[in-house]
Amino acid sequence: MSATRRITYREAVREALREALLRDPRVFLMGEDVGRYGGSYACSSGLLAEFGEERIRDTPLSESGFVGAGIGAAIGGMRPIVEVMTVNFSLLALDQIVNNAATVRHMSGGQIAVPVVIRMATGAGRQLAAQHSHSLECWYAHVPGIRAVAPATVADARGMLWTALQEPNPVVIFEHATLYNDEGEVPGEGELAVDIDRAAVRRAGDDLSLITYGGSLKKALAAADALAGERIGCEVIDLRTLRPLDEETILASVRRTHRALIVDEGWRSGSLAGEIAARIAEEAFFDLDAPVRRVCSAEVPIPYPRHLEEAATPQVDGIVAAARGLVRR
Amino acid sequence: MPALGADMEAGTLVEWLKRPGERIARGDAVAVVETQKGAIEIESFQPGVLREIRVETGARVPVGEVLALIDGEAGAAAAAPVHATAEAPARAIAAAPPPRPGAAAEPEPEPVVLSGQRRVPISPLARRLAEERGIDVATLQPGADGTIGLAEVEAARAALAPAGAPAARAAGERGLDLAAMRRAIAAAMARSHREIPHYFVSSTLDLAPLLAWLERTNATRAPPGRLLYLVPLLKAVARAMASAPELNGHYEADVFTPSAAVHMGVAIAMRGGGLIAPAIHDVDRLDLDTLMAKLDDLVLRVRGGRLRSSELADPTVTVSNLGEHTADAILPVIYPPQVAIVGCGQIVPRPWVSDGGLVVRPTMTITVGGDHRVSDGRSAAKFLARVEALLKTPEAL
Amino acid sequence: MTAPEPHKVRVTREHARELLRQMILVRRFEEACIELYGAQKIRGFLHLYIGEEANAVGVMQALTPDDAIVATYREHGHALIRGIPPTAVMAEMFGKATGCSRGRGGSMHLFDVSRRFYGGNAIVGGGLPLAVGLALADKLRGLARVTCCIFGEGAAAEGEFHESLNLAALWKLPVLFVCENNRYAMGTAIERSESVPDIRRHAEAYGIVAEEVDGMNVVDVEVAARRAAEAVRAGDGPRFLENHTYRFRAHSMFDPDLYRDKAEVEAWKQRGPVVRFTQWVLDTNTLHRADIDAIETEVAQTIADAVAFAEASPLEPVEDLLRDVYAPRPAAPGAPAS
Repeated sequence: MSATRRITYREAVREALREALLRDPRVFLMGEDVGRYGGSYACSSGLLAEFGEERIRDTPLSESGFVGAGIGAAIGGMRPIVEVMTVNFSLLALDQIVNNAATVRHMSGGQIAVPVVIRMATGAGRQLAAQHSHSLECWYAHVPGIRAVAPATVADARGMLWTALQEPNPVVIFEHATLYNDEGEVPGEGELAVDIDRAAVRRAGDDLSLITYGGSLKKALAAADALAGERIGCEVIDLRTLRPLDEETILASVRRTHRALIVDEGWRSGSLAGEIAARIAEEAFFDLDAPVRRVCSAEVPIPYPRHLEEAATPQVDGIVAAARGLVRR
Repeated sequence: MPALGADMEAGTLVEWLKRPGERIARGDAVAVVETQKGAIEIESFQPGVLREIRVETGARVPVGEVLALIDGEAGAAAAAPVHATAEAPARAIAAAPPPRPGAAAEPEPEPVVLSGQRRVPISPLARRLAEERGIDVATLQPGADGTIGLAEVEAARAALAPAGAPAARAAGERGLDLAAMRRAIAAAMARSHREIPHYFVSSTLDLAPLLAWLERTNATRAPPGRLLYLVPLLKAVARAMASAPELNGHYEADVFTPSAAVHMGVAIAMRGGGLIAPAIHDVDRLDLDTLMAKLDDLVLRVRGGRLRSSELADPTVTVSNLGEHTADAILPVIYPPQVAIVGCGQIVPRPWVSDGGLVVRPTMTITVGGDHRVSDGRSAAKFLARVEALLKTPEAL
Repeated sequence: MTAPEPHKVRVTREHARELLRQMILVRRFEEACIELYGAQKIRGFLHLYIGEEANAVGVMQALTPDDAIVATYREHGHALIRGIPPTAVMAEMFGKATGCSRGRGGSMHLFDVSRRFYGGNAIVGGGLPLAVGLALADKLRGLARVTCCIFGEGAAAEGEFHESLNLAALWKLPVLFVCENNRYAMGTAIERSESVPDIRRHAEAYGIVAEEVDGMNVVDVEVAARRAAEAVRAGDGPRFLENHTYRFRAHSMFDPDLYRDKAEVEAWKQRGPVVRFTQWVLDTNTLHRADIDAIETEVAQTIADAVAFAEASPLEPVEDLLRDVYAPRPAAPGAPAS
């Protein structure tokens, strides 16, 4: 097997798309500006030239229409990968995703499978203000019938897509927009496949469990580094799959560390962090040595100026401070 | 009527120390109660004015009954009853008095009340571990932030170790505060009584073959090398555990974990009263001389207050042997999280049927106390039969 | 019912000077933005209007201060010509507290309700239903006001476009729809995104009178906008303008602009609204070179002042992070009627 390589998250997504198109003739990519433009985040550049317009389909700006068409094509025997530019825009397609993709299997008594993969960028951090910066993963993670995943590492960006395409259910993949330029290791050929079921322990530690996903992972890891200097050991858990949650990994860690800090760029109210906190309280209450804490986004639409955007979203300092509080220092 | 000990079900009110209309400060003794263990003052944790006495002197009162009403200081209309029950979640008698060494008081884990009447926040983990380790949370000091967490429980556990002696001992050889240990046992016994559905199965065994073998063996030895009958008895019990693994292990968080090793707790009387049951490890694998040496060592150290904390923490099953010139049988109480205890009465000559004829034999009544959540009487019966078989050929032990 | 009289726009020297000044203001302002973006004073997305100035300038001539405007994320020109001070627009681009949206919105979200400028909307098609609603309110309140809704041809593919046109026509609402058809929805050419690329025909399908306009010619735009606004104000229901135009710059910063020919861009630049109108005013002796130089000097000073103002303005304190999420409640709610 070939050795590991360092590539960017963007390159990882592109390689994964290319691999899927090469391996499965039923796969096609569609979305706004995925073809000529090369993808709004340049994840599909070069693919139009290689695979042609039938399989790399530029769509009009009609999210409900083309996402719904992806769902229909999946029902019709294809394996569509639909790219929605950002999670904010996906709200225009929410009807199709929630009312069709998530329900038809059940409504039809199990007759219909919807093997569609819907990718979208999510999150703040680039000063794009309140219509391009939100983290609405939680809304999708709320819906039975959908699998929601958030690759936080380059290896997961490379490996999750193929696994998602093997899934007979709709999978929504959230790519945090601040990750595309990040470099990371990917395994050699033949070792690229990853599961989309389990959370990953990205760093081991004994004093508290730092539970996070997506764009917040690197902040959590940076916080864990800082805390290690204070002899506070953080176990950093990357959820990877937001629905269904890997409760087992979360609870096993919390039962060992007795303290949980959840970092979630979504707003605190009704957040995924809230769901995780509730499950910890339900299942590991008697193992807790401190109240569960959350570092989430402030209850405000993401503002444009840098200093306010930073203040509104989880940052390393805030994570470190919350962790210190948890271990009572 | 507060529960002043785990085994206390009622007390007789012998004297009121306060009269209606009198002011009561927090911690004031308000009455004297006669229990099985002597007269004990009852203190109030509710400041205020004694409004009404509900129980006259001389009355026998079950635990949990209201003894008197106290009007709260804030002028609250509601009167706080002076009472406590074992299960009351926020009782008036909360911060238990410091237990008196060797005396009767056997405080149980209690919800913590900080002075000023605010509940001290205690983490769920700390509360659970304190209970499991027999630490009374009322004795725990909050940390700098005013809360009680894992750190405070562990500090308390460490503090249990030195027996009021200079801290000159090595960590692994730390002695134990026997009074504190006794309190821990008390809490554990209370928990056992509360949580474990016990069953008891007894057999009376003919010990003639064992004693005959012992006599022959000891005849060849110098006095310091002689074996006590307890030694082959322990070995037989330990080996018989293999026939009933559901009696050997720990039950925690609704799960029974059987133990491959047999770490046998041996109940030993302490100076100043009470019993303690530290463990001898791997009894089923020790030869009798080694077991004898370990037993000697253990008894010496118990009496000298020099136990290792691990010896208290990890027995997988316990034997309680009444010894000579005591009583015929015992219904023993399991020490949680263990799931069984074996009680041995004194050796007593009894009429015995042998080969259809009546003879006199030295006998012992052995009683297994089992945890019905894990095993049932059949396990104990099978186990006893195996003990009997092993004791018939003591030379094979 | 007769068609309204075509408006005659008499381009006086003063009016010509004003049209040119406005187009140059927008052009120079955005050129300054490019530089300031490079200097990281302006962040996030920056969508430039360069090449399309005739549309904002022409359409705004037809609107009164009472009329409302709903625009897109490419709205610097509309905001400036509507009269939002360049200082407030630039401060907004800088994210400063003195910006027209207190710095919260940035380039894509310029708002000034005192001038009935209902914002830069950055969800394609998102402004159309909003405009329909503003017009509905005017109609219900009996106000003869126009809501001018500006959007690109990319929006025509969204369901919201169709739903909004239908509603406006069905209820005869006073909306002036202005489609600035610059031929590319980000990187997708209109031929690749529309089965019927003539956008006005979509409007006609809903029974809305629609007109095709040379969006590179400021006078043409003004004439068409006045005609349409007049009809809307008269209560004839919505009107629709399809302005053919072109952006000379990429969709936004970070756009390598690989989806169109350089030659195509060059050809459109020859028809550029500023260059063409300048040529016309000089050719016709309406204005002289010195007039134009004076405009440039004036505009340069305006922009320098705006940048200085934005630079000097304070950032909003972090403590105010949570403001303006909810309106404060009115002081004392009245007792419910029994």
